[in-house]
Amino acid sequence: MRNRLAIIAGGLAAAVVIAAPAFAQKQGGTLRVSHRDNPPSASVHEEATISVNMPFMSVFNNLVFFDPKEKINSPDKIVPELAESWSWNADKTKLTFKLRSGVKWHDGKPFSSKDVKCTWDALSGIDEKQEMIRKNPRKVWYKNVKEITTNGDNEVTFTLAREQPSFLSMLAAGYSPVYPCHVDSRTMRSKPIGTGPFKVADFKRNEAIKLVRNPDYWKKDRPYLDAIEFKIVPNRSTRVLGFVAGEYDLTFDSDITFPLLKDVKAQKADAICEARPTNVHTNLLINRDAPPFDNPKLREALVYSLDRKPFSDILSQGNDLRGATMLPPPAGVWGMTQDELQKLPGFGPDIEKNREVARGLMKELGYGPDKPLKIKVATRNIAIYRDPAVILIDQLKQIYIEAELEPIDTTIWYNKIQQKNYQVGLNLTGAGLDDPDGVFYENFYSTSDRNYTAYKNPEIDKMIDEQSAMTDLNKRKAMVTKIEQALLKDGARPPIVHGVSNTCWAPAVKNVVLQHNSIYNGWRLEDVWLDK
Amino acid sequence: MGAYLTRRVLLMVLTLFGMSVLIFVMLRLVPGNIADILVDSAGIADPKEKAKIAAELGLDRPIFDQYLQWIGGLARGDLGFAYVSERPALEEIAPRIPISAKLAGLALFYSVILGLPLGVISAVRQNSAIDYLLRLISLSGLSLPSFWLGLLILMASVQWFGMIPIYTNEPRSFIDEMLLLSIPAAAVGFRSSALIMRLTRSSMLEVLRQDYIRTARSKGASQTTVNYVHALRNALLPVVTIIGIEAAFLVGGLIVTETVFNIPGVARFLVEAILWRDYPIVQNLVMLIAFCVVVVNFLVDMAYMALDPRIKYAD
Repeated sequence: MRNRLAIIAGGLAAAVVIAAPAFAQKQGGTLRVSHRDNPPSASVHEEATISVNMPFMSVFNNLVFFDPKEKINSPDKIVPELAESWSWNADKTKLTFKLRSGVKWHDGKPFSSKDVKCTWDALSGIDEKQEMIRKNPRKVWYKNVKEITTNGDNEVTFTLAREQPSFLSMLAAGYSPVYPCHVDSRTMRSKPIGTGPFKVADFKRNEAIKLVRNPDYWKKDRPYLDAIEFKIVPNRSTRVLGFVAGEYDLTFDSDITFPLLKDVKAQKADAICEARPTNVHTNLLINRDAPPFDNPKLREALVYSLDRKPFSDILSQGNDLRGATMLPPPAGVWGMTQDELQKLPGFGPDIEKNREVARGLMKELGYGPDKPLKIKVATRNIAIYRDPAVILIDQLKQIYIEAELEPIDTTIWYNKIQQKNYQVGLNLTGAGLDDPDGVFYENFYSTSDRNYTAYKNPEIDKMIDEQSAMTDLNKRKAMVTKIEQALLKDGARPPIVHGVSNTCWAPAVKNVVLQHNSIYNGWRLEDVWLDK
Repeated sequence: MGAYLTRRVLLMVLTLFGMSVLIFVMLRLVPGNIADILVDSAGIADPKEKAKIAAELGLDRPIFDQYLQWIGGLARGDLGFAYVSERPALEEIAPRIPISAKLAGLALFYSVILGLPLGVISAVRQNSAIDYLLRLISLSGLSLPSFWLGLLILMASVQWFGMIPIYTNEPRSFIDEMLLLSIPAAAVGFRSSALIMRLTRSSMLEVLRQDYIRTARSKGASQTTVNYVHALRNALLPVVTIIGIEAAFLVGGLIVTETVFNIPGVARFLVEAILWRDYPIVQNLVMLIAFCVVVVNFLVDMAYMALDPRIKYAD
């Protein structure tokens, strides 16, 4: 008896200790966040920028979600959200979700399997007439979806054309919320309706995005905050000073560069700042369809010309990461290790040796110190693009290329690239999801809407499809490495560095968990609370 | 005078019409339109998507039709729909006008209230220590870009007072708003006040050497009466011209100041609309600015008459 009492007492004590942090969480308050610009719209499905994801992700829910408590998004860290559970059929071509019942949209209408069906009918292009989206940048993510069927209000099945292990990961990304069937695309762009922890109260361009607590949220004890206000402050100096002065509790995602971090820490010593990879990498665009870069040897010379260290040293005080197309470990799940990277063309540690290879190729083509190749390096006329372009131009001199910077207005940048009206471009590519299907299909697959360089290589297409269907993780990783090597050899968007930047918050903000392999996920903010 | 006023009003209408054609055509000559930007911002390469949006917004129609639709709407008070926010342009523009108007008014008030008396003092005390000091201040006013001055003010506020005077929430009262706008207005108005001060000084120096000033002094008029009644009124003509020009140039200063102090005014909104090629917003705002400039010019001409009775506008 005494033993049993001791066990019960011990159990209770342990329960109190475990539960203590939960009791410590406070309800209420408004989280004030600085936002860098006006989001193009509020519709997550129509856009491809963190300017939309960060403020509007908490308005929605997904079927499944990368565990918000984990820093690394990986396929084994997916948790249910609007789906209570999921199961695959025997040949892994049918994925069935059992949906949560009693969930309501912010306008009071009930959520059902029909909403899931019409969202992915629109996204996959099965039903082009769906009114819920006007633009569809990630259509290629769902190219393998054959059919979506419902079974009552609480069950939905995705039928795939073939096995695709990454499919669940794509559904778990911040870019994959469920939209309501009954709301038109214009409303979704201006004052969207979701099932998420926060409702949109107001979205005023150049002023603020105001979100308020959803009192009918299906997770009964969430969210903790009463409201979130994203103040739109386009001037970075003003944003940083505002954070230092206590006007904002949280900075915009990755807004604090390493040089700025020193200032922030000096003026606000108690600020909590976390550095993480942005999964946005700087790369080269090489126009392979026009002379002189239609010559593979010239493209190869460019690949061998790069010294990545100065890029990292100058742009981020040495914090940017060396990697190929996929984000390198430890944050990246699929990228190559530094040892593996060294075997790639142009990644060897002896830069002079690499450049000797490049110079050899240039000489073979008739160029040399007395007869340099004159080109233009086009880039968007924004500092984050221009700065690495200037470093690149300096490095190209080492291999007999005299380059001139061609800054292009952002509004015509993609047009110029699509029309192949450039020789070499300096570009930044962000990955919404640290997953080979997301990255390769979007950027390199010949039929992708987002493959704006119109890169076409049937061999690569085949390899991308092949890895996409692989269920053995190790074999798939090996295939991903093979694709990365092939892309680099072919001079397809040779990567330079993967960006790393800082996000800061005031000590009163609790439970912020930044996800380290995609800035686009993890902004549900339902677990964040204020200790004020 | 009546005929002159009629001619002026007709000329103003003609100027505004010319402006409307110019801005309409120029906007369409600039490469890229909203359809390009909306599709590109999502990184989509499909030209069909662009064409779909362009058709939805009526950008595929002949330019003359588009112009007629806009100008007809403007005449009826219908400013059309903003492309980006997809809300009526009037709803987007109207709440921002009073904010910028107050900021511009306050900045102009600062420039005149500081520039005029300091210019007079500087002229009257020519080559004294105070003259040198005021000339130094005015020179710095002309040399410091307002965005830089604005940032310095923000940094100093954070460093010394632990607060930042930026527009975060809607002010609760008119007084609150004036207090909030007074610092950015000072940043914008500093340059204009320096210009007005220098011009007042040189104009005053010229007038103070005139015979009628000597006559006023010899008749026993006090120094203050000579300076402010006899000299200043006659020195004001070029200064009024420059105040009129500065009022128009303030828009440029407002753009950077609204950005640095995060004021949701019309100037910052205009820049944003230009970047997005949001034609209805840009066209209507430029027309509004053109209207203000035309009216200010008219008022300046009227002020000449009030200041110098010799000026008459013939019928």
